[in-house]
Amino acid sequence: MRLAGIILVSALLTADAIGAEIPPAERRSGTSFMTPDTKAMQDDDTANPGMLWVLDGEKLWARKIGAADKACTDCHNDARTSMKGIAAHYPAFDKTLGRPVDLQGRINLCRVNQQRATPLAYESRELLALTAFVAQQSRGVAIETGSDPQLAPFIANGRELFMQRQGQLNLGCTNCHDDNWDKRLAGSAITQAHPTGYPLYRLEWQSLGSLQRRLRACMSGIRAQAYDFGAPELVELELYLMSRAKGVPLEAPAIRP
Amino acid sequence: MASALINVPAKAKRGDIIEIKTLMSHIMETGFRHTATGEVIPRDIITSFACRYNGTEIFRADLFPAIAANPFITFFTTATASGKFEFEWIGDNGFSETASASITVE
Repeated sequence: MRLAGIILVSALLTADAIGAEIPPAERRSGTSFMTPDTKAMQDDDTANPGMLWVLDGEKLWARKIGAADKACTDCHNDARTSMKGIAAHYPAFDKTLGRPVDLQGRINLCRVNQQRATPLAYESRELLALTAFVAQQSRGVAIETGSDPQLAPFIANGRELFMQRQGQLNLGCTNCHDDNWDKRLAGSAITQAHPTGYPLYRLEWQSLGSLQRRLRACMSGIRAQAYDFGAPELVELELYLMSRAKGVPLEAPAIRP
Repeated sequence: MASALINVPAKAKRGDIIEIKTLMSHIMETGFRHTATGEVIPRDIITSFACRYNGTEIFRADLFPAIAANPFITFFTTATASGKFEFEWIGDNGFSETASASITVE
C-alpha cells in the first residue's frame, strides 16, 4: 500500500512538470467570462431556462414509480434540506461498485436498486430534470469533491486523461484550460473548465445538458473518439475536474453561451 | 412535461409601469432540419402567445420558426387594478398551455 502511494505521488510529481496548474486563488467560474446579458439571464430564476428543468425535476422527485412504488421523497423527504450540499461532493465513491459515480449515475442507481424501475437514458429530459433539481439545492455551496481518500486513484486517472494529448489535433484538455484560459478561441472565451453549473443550459444547445455531453463535445472538437455516455473514463474526468475546482461555489443550473 | 415560469410583481401602485416576464418550455423545432437519413424533422413550434389582464387582452405575439427554443417573452403594462393576468400559448400538434398570476394594486 505504501509502495503504491509512493508510486502515485511520484506519478503526480512528474505530471506536474507538464502543465502548470491554476492556483486556488485564481480559480474562476465560467460565469466570470460571460457577457453581462448572459450573466443577468443566469441570475434571474424567471429568465433562466434551466429552471424549467428544475420545475420538472421537482415534480419527478415526488412521483411514485417502479415495482417498489416509491418516490424519491419517500426516502429523502424534502430535497431542500436532504439534498443541500450533496452535489458539491459528487462524483462520489460507491462502495458496491468500487468506483466513483456522478450525480446522474447515483440517480439511476437509486432508480434501479430502490425504486426497482428502469434506468433513465443519458441526456433524457427526465434524468436532466432530476439532476438539475438535486444540483440546484447546492447553489452557492463550495465544491468539496475529492476529499474521500478512496477516490485518489480515480482522480489520478482523470488527471492523466486531462493531460494526455489525443485526437487528430493532438491536443490535451490542459493545452487550452490550464495554459490558455485567459485567451479566446474563434471569438469565444476558453475558460478554466470548472464544472460549477452542471447540468447547465447552453444557448448553443438550446437545451439543458450534462457535463458528459460537454466533455464529449470537447473531444469531437479536438477530433478524438469520444467516450460513450456513462463510460468510467468520463466519470473520472468529471471527478478530476470537480476536485480541480475545489472551493469554487456551485451555480446549477447555469447558463453558458 | 411542459412548464412555464411567470414573473409578475406581486404588488404595484396604481399607474406604475410593470414588467412581465414569461418563459415557456418548448423545443421550437423549425421544420427546416433533417435527420441523419435525410428525412425532414416536422415543424413543431408555438405559433401564438397572448396575455389577458382581468379579461382584457393587453399583449399578443405571433411566433415563427426562427425563434429559439423555450421562448422568453417580456413586455410592459400599466398596473390599473388588482386582479389576474392570464397567459396562453398555442402551437403545432395541438399544443396549448395556460398560466396565471395575480397582482395587488394599491
